Amino acid sequence: MTPSHALAALGAMTGREVVRFVQQRGRLISALVRPLLWLIVVAAGFQNVFGISIIPPYQTYTPYQEYVLPGLTGMVLLFHGMQSSLSMVYDREMGMMRLLLTAPLPRWFLLLAKLMAGTLLSVAQVYAFLAAGYLLGVGFPPGGYLLALPAVFVSGLMLGALGLLLSVYIRQLENFAGTMNFVIFPMFFISSALYPLWRLRESAAEAIYWLALTNPFSHAVELVRFAAYGQFNPISAGVTAGCGLAFFLVAVVGYDPQRGLIRRKGGG
Amino acid sequence: MTGERNGGDRDPVLDVRDVSKSYGAIRALDGVSLRVDNGEMVALLGPNGAGKTTLFQLLSGLFVADAGSILIEGHDIRHNAVPALAAIGIVFQQPTLDLDMTIAGNLRFHARLHGLGRRLARQRIDEELARVGLTERRADAARQLSGGNRRRIELARALLPRPRLLLMDEPTVGLDPASRADLLDHILRLRADRHLGVLWATHLVDEAERADRVVILDRGRVLRSGTPAALVEGSATATLSDAFLRLTATGATPA
Repeated sequence: MTPSHALAALGAMTGREVVRFVQQRGRLISALVRPLLWLIVVAAGFQNVFGISIIPPYQTYTPYQEYVLPGLTGMVLLFHGMQSSLSMVYDREMGMMRLLLTAPLPRWFLLLAKLMAGTLLSVAQVYAFLAAGYLLGVGFPPGGYLLALPAVFVSGLMLGALGLLLSVYIRQLENFAGTMNFVIFPMFFISSALYPLWRLRESAAEAIYWLALTNPFSHAVELVRFAAYGQFNPISAGVTAGCGLAFFLVAVVGYDPQRGLIRRKGGG
Repeated sequence: MTGERNGGDRDPVLDVRDVSKSYGAIRALDGVSLRVDNGEMVALLGPNGAGKTTLFQLLSGLFVADAGSILIEGHDIRHNAVPALAAIGIVFQQPTLDLDMTIAGNLRFHARLHGLGRRLARQRIDEELARVGLTERRADAARQLSGGNRRRIELARALLPRPRLLLMDEPTVGLDPASRADLLDHILRLRADRHLGVLWATHLVDEAERADRVVILDRGRVLRSGTPAALVEGSATATLSDAFLRLTATGATPA
């Protein structure tokens, strides 16, 4: 694998993701409408129900809409990460996956390229969402958009790697609804995306508090939240990067022909 | 076993030795050996379920054999997958075009995946499209093509990186007789023009009859191999079709 070959392959795979995304215009719209609905309708409704006290990284009283913005950023990444896994399963059913896996490149690189391509696309969606939020008057502090970029990227990689890992085990497209129920919803709701975790503790929901605290999605959201306010959260960074790496490595093992977890029926 | 070659400057481009593969209790391949030389078309003839697709999955590195070795241009696919894969072009049994992309887009994607530079990719795409007579359709979505033309594009795509070995897994499934004959003619010309080794899996005897050599696979084992004429002679039948039916119906033992 020469660097130019690697770059060409990465470019081709990213290009294909972008073209597919643009062709399915509904995906872009739903990728934006989903978090915007939360921002406009739900967050506005909860504005007066949830008062956010001053907790790090916030240094002053924070409107709920502003609090929920990193969480909704995470939502965009989470949905897109899962959608990438859906496209892996689709490619497998349609046979495109064979074409990818028989390219003269190491398999880990092909999976990494697929992950990078998906992540670049999801970062672009996040910024489209943030731009829409800005126009609606909900935003990060100036400079926060740039500071949040690495955090958004790392979080996108972690959630994309999770999607990649799930695609090893999801046999058919129909099982995607199950993924929604058992992965996306619990990860999103049992996290710090919608409310600070101390609120759970206050409500004596101790078990859920701990679940949310160990949820990698919480850490992805906190990583983005802290970064947007110019702070680095080392624990969240470690958990997000560590989980991302672990998910990716397990996915690579899953796609390894020696172990053949991609069963014959899946068509590999 | 691999005899009846014409001699000359031929080297094996594919060398399969004693390969076995099981799925649970099912022994899909049992000690399969075969070889394909440069410029030679070998038909892998077997009824459905003989293990043809399993063998192709091993040849293309999607799975790894339990035992035995597979050498492609001297590279072991198990330990040295990247150079081995670089030497092969594959037309899968299942259609593998991205139907939403244009024809040129599908070809470009493949060329980049195989590390061809932009200019070289453009040049080869033009050449291959011209060869299959679909130049004027390059901007059409793959979805708009007929089954026969989709197969031609898949063949053109497989040839872009200039492979030494072409693997075709029942490529004529679902094609009408004219497209079938057309594809086979095309492959026979290619293997002569480009010194390309071709392994063509099929369950259709009339396709196998036109190959340089035939390997008969049944229940995961190679029953016979040789030129079509030698197979007919050796089985004391009148045609290859009779020979094939007799061998696979009686569950003959490997020769």
